[in-house]
Amino acid sequence: MTLDAKIPAAPLAEMWTQHKFDLKLVNPANKRRFEIIVVGSGLAGASASSTMAELGYNVKCFCYQDSARRAHSISAQGGINAAKNYQNDGDSVFRLFYDTVKGGDFRSREGNVHRLAEVSVNIMDQCVAQGVPFAREYGGHLSNRSFGGAQVSRTFYARGQTGQQLLLGAYQALQRQIALGKVEMFPRTEMLEVVVEDGRARGIITRDMVTGEIASHSADAVVLATGGYVNVFFLSTNAKGCNTTAIWRAHRKGAFFANPCYTQIHPTCIPVSGEYQSKLTLMSESLRNDGRIWVPAKPGDDRPPSEIPEDERDYYLERKYPAFGNLVPRDIASRAAKEVCDAGHGVAHAGLGVYLDFEDAIGRLGRDTIEDRYGNLFEMYERITGDDPYEVPMKIYPAPHYSMGGLWVDYNLMSNLPGLFVIGEANFSDHGANRLGASALMQGLADGYFVLPYTIGDYLARHMGEEPLPTDHEAFREAESGVQARIEKLLSNDGSRTPESFHRELGRLAWDHCGMSRTREGLLEALAKLPELKERFWREIKVVGDGAELNQSLEVAGRVADFLELAELMCRDALEREESCGTHFRTEYQSAEGEALRNDEQFTYVAAWEWAGEGEEPRLHKEQLEFENVELSQRSYK
Amino acid sequence: MQMRLRVWRQKNRDTQGSLVDYAVDDVSSEMSFLEMLDVLNERLAGEGDDPIAFDHDCREGICGTCSLMINGQAHGPNRATTTCQLHMRSFEDGDTIRIEPWRAAAFPVLKDLVVDRAPLDAIVQAGGYISVNTGSAPDANLIPIGKPVADRAMDAAACIGCGACVAQCPNGAGQLFTAAKVSQLALLPQGKPERTKRVRSMVATMEDYFGSCSNFGECEAVCPKEISLDFIAVMNREYVRAALVSDPGD
Ligand code: FES
Repeated sequence: MTLDAKIPAAPLAEMWTQHKFDLKLVNPANKRRFEIIVVGSGLAGASASSTMAELGYNVKCFCYQDSARRAHSISAQGGINAAKNYQNDGDSVFRLFYDTVKGGDFRSREGNVHRLAEVSVNIMDQCVAQGVPFAREYGGHLSNRSFGGAQVSRTFYARGQTGQQLLLGAYQALQRQIALGKVEMFPRTEMLEVVVEDGRARGIITRDMVTGEIASHSADAVVLATGGYVNVFFLSTNAKGCNTTAIWRAHRKGAFFANPCYTQIHPTCIPVSGEYQSKLTLMSESLRNDGRIWVPAKPGDDRPPSEIPEDERDYYLERKYPAFGNLVPRDIASRAAKEVCDAGHGVAHAGLGVYLDFEDAIGRLGRDTIEDRYGNLFEMYERITGDDPYEVPMKIYPAPHYSMGGLWVDYNLMSNLPGLFVIGEANFSDHGANRLGASALMQGLADGYFVLPYTIGDYLARHMGEEPLPTDHEAFREAESGVQARIEKLLSNDGSRTPESFHRELGRLAWDHCGMSRTREGLLEALAKLPELKERFWREIKVVGDGAELNQSLEVAGRVADFLELAELMCRDALEREESCGTHFRTEYQSAEGEALRNDEQFTYVAAWEWAGEGEEPRLHKEQLEFENVELSQRSYK
Repeated sequence: MQMRLRVWRQKNRDTQGSLVDYAVDDVSSEMSFLEMLDVLNERLAGEGDDPIAFDHDCREGICGTCSLMINGQAHGPNRATTTCQLHMRSFEDGDTIRIEPWRAAAFPVLKDLVVDRAPLDAIVQAGGYISVNTGSAPDANLIPIGKPVADRAMDAAACIGCGACVAQCPNGAGQLFTAAKVSQLALLPQGKPERTKRVRSMVATMEDYFGSCSNFGECEAVCPKEISLDFIAVMNREYVRAALVSDPGD
């Protein structure tokens, strides 16, 4: 089967405009006849729900949190990119497009990325109009900063809480539509299955997380906006509840999973402090603008940092990358930290940390300036670690942060299952093998405000006059009983181990073999161990309580069961991709200087995996990537 | 460290709850407060007992999901700190800690330490937004907004909607939460056209669910984002102004 990405046949800069003209429209009177389900209320889900409701569609929006305002987009700190060129520093839609394709190590689609860069400017307009309090200059105009190594200042921000403010903007737009009766909101509700009939997505099965009630919801289209899956590693910067269940269930029902091995490891997080650790906290990478990263030059040197003289310190990023120094892209900074720690130079618990030192910056700029720039981050660091970064260097270590992989979608953001759309981090579409800083918020809102509301109309127009499948249809009843049976199985198993303990075990395995660097042997070992771990999970699991109540162990158990299967697919994908690109680093494929070595001849494709059934090897489909507007080059930050 | 915990256990919305004692040994001072509860829950689950239900998600102080009255204080003893960011180094070995859910008539307990905070969403639905449909916005830099105004709006917008203000208030009032949103939108030029209708409607909804404000100021003291009481004054002024104008479109 050849995957058709439906990239419009038009020059890059006119593609989206042309496509919008070619899309079928649903007239305003007919829009209210359509029901759309949106799962997830983060930037993508909330913006899509509110915008489609404004257009006249009837929307049902589901989230597992107690309020739509709490979705994990809220945690994003740094900012959002937009090619406004307000700073007159040479930015343009094409430059943002180019930086994103290059930053993704040439593993994303030109067409999608160009559209993203184009609508980035509309996003800013929209968010300002909603009252998002972006940072301003004294003259009253919007302030920008350069972020994540970009050579232009195109990042807009609201203190260190940009994600929070953008999400609240989208949430408020959503609340307005709820008040108008156009959106029905289902908080504390988990999607546990998608209903597919005759090859098309027709609805979902949910569980009310307070009463345990299992319910069927039917619609003309289903939109998944359920975020990323790096909680597969157990420890990550994601919120505790982030999970893969919605997209994994859809995958098992036939939706292709693309590039699962592309997971981003963020270089500046607070290191693990002990076995009880439950999550990792990100420190904004803006800290690398003034902080210097180093480790003791002598392995195992456990003197306090202040007693290690200058010439016994290794400022390894400055040494290896004189041009970019501490500002190299995320993937490179993360790998370099792992390398020095693996060689025994690490500091912090278990030797898994490096110093991020502000002593020089404080000397050069004064404490006040540093406090002005990073005061709230320093406070947050002290709150968590008990150390004062003005006095002692911070300790940081990389942590899983974002998944570029996700469900495969075409240019219309529709999966290979007609009627199933996937937006935001849940899809694979725009970041290739590595995401640039301040681009996640941009993509979530681009998909929700400006892309999906157009493209979904084209699908709906083709099904005008059809009724949604009734929820007493065989397909719903079967899906419901499948969900019930799985819950029963989890609750009735006479095991002794908690879901959390399995999650930790899985996380370690995935991190060791499919984390920051991967090897053929390691991946094969993980692929041998994972089915065995899954088997043990179902044999030894113990879930306390019953299904008809608020039961957090049951929630975790179901999610871990899905993560276990996803981890296998990640390893398979990583094994099959015999090259290093972006965040996917196979140690066998590196240059003499230890940099990632792509293999463009053989691997310039999207790997889209098809579920082949329990215990069967998944089938690989390849979507070739064509580059007509940029030249494939080797990234170099030396 | 060894801790003694007295934890509120309640099966569901319709049953009575009570405090139950637990001992947790091997608590490290590096642990977060919620990690200590994780450790206890793993033990309970291993013994076949129902783990303690509590709300949490981001565990980095921004989503507003975590709650807990810790020794009678919303989010515990530390200034400007959510429960998820509280660490055990703030306690002494051998301490007894009382852990209860948010206590407010508007927030019924769903189970153990989990409450229903839906009224906060209802207040936003009543007008906590600017009515602008997607696609109809002018250029972002068209309306200059002075830095002091933008900064003040951001101070108000920093609210995470956790509900600590309500939980700590002897009257269970929702003023600080409501005022933060009213103020953010009233300060910004984009929010001006709807200010009259907004404040009337949001205050009316607030009064439907929450108690009245007697200026105790306990809300500000426990707010993890240090939202200032001054915003309540801003809201009150907005409200008085709204009462004086006859045309709600003003
Ligand atoms: S869990 Fe998100 S603020 Fe505490």
